[in-house]
Amino acid sequence: MEIFILYKAILVLVVFAISLGVAAYSTYGERKVAAFMQDRVGPDRAGPFGMLQPLADGLKMFMKEEIIPTVSNKFLFVLGPSLAMLTALMTGVVIPWGGDITIGNMVFPLQITDINIGILYIFGVVSFGVYGIMIGGWASNNKYSMLGALRASSQMISYEIAMGLAIVALVMTTGTLSLREIVTQQSGNWVNFIYQPLGCLIFIICAFAETNRAPFDLPECETELVGGYHTEYSSMKLGFYLFAEYINMFISSAIIMSLYFGGYNLPFQNYIAPYIDGNILSILQFGCFFTKVLFGIFFFMWIRWTIPRFRYDQLMNLGWKVLIPLAIFNILITGVLMYALGKV
Amino acid sequence: MLLSQYIFLFLSFVAIISALMLVLDKNPVHSVLYLIITFFAIAGHYLLLNAQFLAVVHIIVYAGAIMVLFLYVIMMLNLNKDIEPHKKNIPKVAAAVAAGLLLLSLTALVNGAEVNMLPAARNSNIGLMDNLGKTLFKEYMLPFEISSILFLSAMVGAVFLSKKEIH
Repeated sequence: MEIFILYKAILVLVVFAISLGVAAYSTYGERKVAAFMQDRVGPDRAGPFGMLQPLADGLKMFMKEEIIPTVSNKFLFVLGPSLAMLTALMTGVVIPWGGDITIGNMVFPLQITDINIGILYIFGVVSFGVYGIMIGGWASNNKYSMLGALRASSQMISYEIAMGLAIVALVMTTGTLSLREIVTQQSGNWVNFIYQPLGCLIFIICAFAETNRAPFDLPECETELVGGYHTEYSSMKLGFYLFAEYINMFISSAIIMSLYFGGYNLPFQNYIAPYIDGNILSILQFGCFFTKVLFGIFFFMWIRWTIPRFRYDQLMNLGWKVLIPLAIFNILITGVLMYALGKV
Repeated sequence: MLLSQYIFLFLSFVAIISALMLVLDKNPVHSVLYLIITFFAIAGHYLLLNAQFLAVVHIIVYAGAIMVLFLYVIMMLNLNKDIEPHKKNIPKVAAAVAAGLLLLSLTALVNGAEVNMLPAARNSNIGLMDNLGKTLFKEYMLPFEISSILFLSAMVGAVFLSKKEIH
C-alpha cells in the first residue's frame, strides 16, 4: 500500500514535470514553426539552435518587475492566473500515458487514476477553467481586460456544448466514460476516428476554441483589445497565463489522441506484442503516445500560422449555428447506424 | 472517527461558512465566488455518498455553466463597486421576519422528522453512472422524458420572450 501511494505521488510529479517541460519547449517550438512558415530562422542565439531560449524566457519572466494595479482587487488579481494554471494541470490526471509496467509481482499502470467517469472529470475541469480568465480580467479593473474576459467566457461556454455533444456520440459507440477503457478498445482495432469522423472534427475545432488558440484567439485580440484579459499582468503572473495556454494545448492534444487516434497503442500492436517484453512494450507505447501528442501540438501551431482570426460574430455563428446542429446530427446518425448494424 | 467523517465535517464547515459569506459579503462578485465554493463542498458530499456522476454533473452544470452566467451578468452590469441601491427599512424588516420564519419552520420540520424513516439504501452503488442510467431509462423513463420536454419548453419560452418583435 505504501509503495502504491509513493508510486502515485512520483507519477503525479513526473506528469507535472512533463507538462511543464513540454509547455516550455512548446513556446520554443511555436517560434520555430512560425519562423519556418514565414521563411525566417527563429530563435537561434541561446545555445545550439536556440535550444536554451525557453530557459532565458523563463528567467526573464521571473526577473521582470511585478505590477499590481492599485485599483484592482489584489487577492482576485493573484487568484486569476493561479486558477488558470491549476485547471490546466489538473486534467493530466486521468490521461493514460501507456500500458502497465510489471516489477516483480507489482503492477504499475502508467496512469495516475482511472476513474470510471474520466471524460466527465475532464469536462468538469474544463468548465471550471473559465474562472481563471474571468476573475483575472475582472480584477484588473480595466475595460480591455474586462472585454477580453467576457469574450473568453462566452466563447468557452458556447463551444463546450458542441464539445459535449460530440463526446456523446463517441460514448454511444464505445459504451464507456473511462479513458483507459476507450484506449484499450482501440487496440488491435480501428481507431475511433474511423467510426466518428464528424465527431472528431467537431471535437478538434472545439478544442481549439477552448484553449483560446488561433483562429479562435479573440479574447487576446491585439488589434482590438491590447492584450485582452491579461493586459494588466506582468512578470510571472503573465507567464502563468501564457504557460497555462501551452499546457492546455498539450493536454487537449493528449485527449484528442486518446479519444480518437488510438491513444498509446502502437500501430499494428497485435502483431508486435507477442514478441517483446511487456515492460518494453509499455515504454514503446509511451513513446508512441508522446509522438502522437507532439504531432498534435504541431498541428495546433500549423493551424495558428495558417488561418487568420475569426470575427466575433463569425465565431458565435460557427459555434451555435453550425457546430451544435452538426453535433446533434452526428448523434442521430450514430444512433441510426448502431441500430441498423445491430450494435445496440 | 473514520477518515470519511473528518472529510464530512470539513466539507460541511466549508459549505456553511461560504454560504454565510455569500449572504454577508457586500460585493456581488465575491458572493458569486463564495457560492462556487459552496457548490464544490456540496459536490464533495455527493462523492462521499458514492454518487460520482451527480458530483461531476453538479460541478459542470452549476459551478461551470450557471455560475459563469451569473458572474457574466454581474460583470456586465458593473455592480463591482460596493454600492447597493438604498433600500427602505420596512422591506428589510419584512425580509428578516420572513427568512426567520422560514428557518424556524424548516428547523421544526427537521426536528419532527423521524430519522430512520428512509429505508436503508437499497444499493449503495446506485450513484454510479451505469446504474443511474439504467434506473433512469428503465424504471423512470416517462418522468425523465417529461421533465426534459419541460426544460425544452422553458428554453423555447425564454427565446421567444427575448426576441424583439418585428414591426
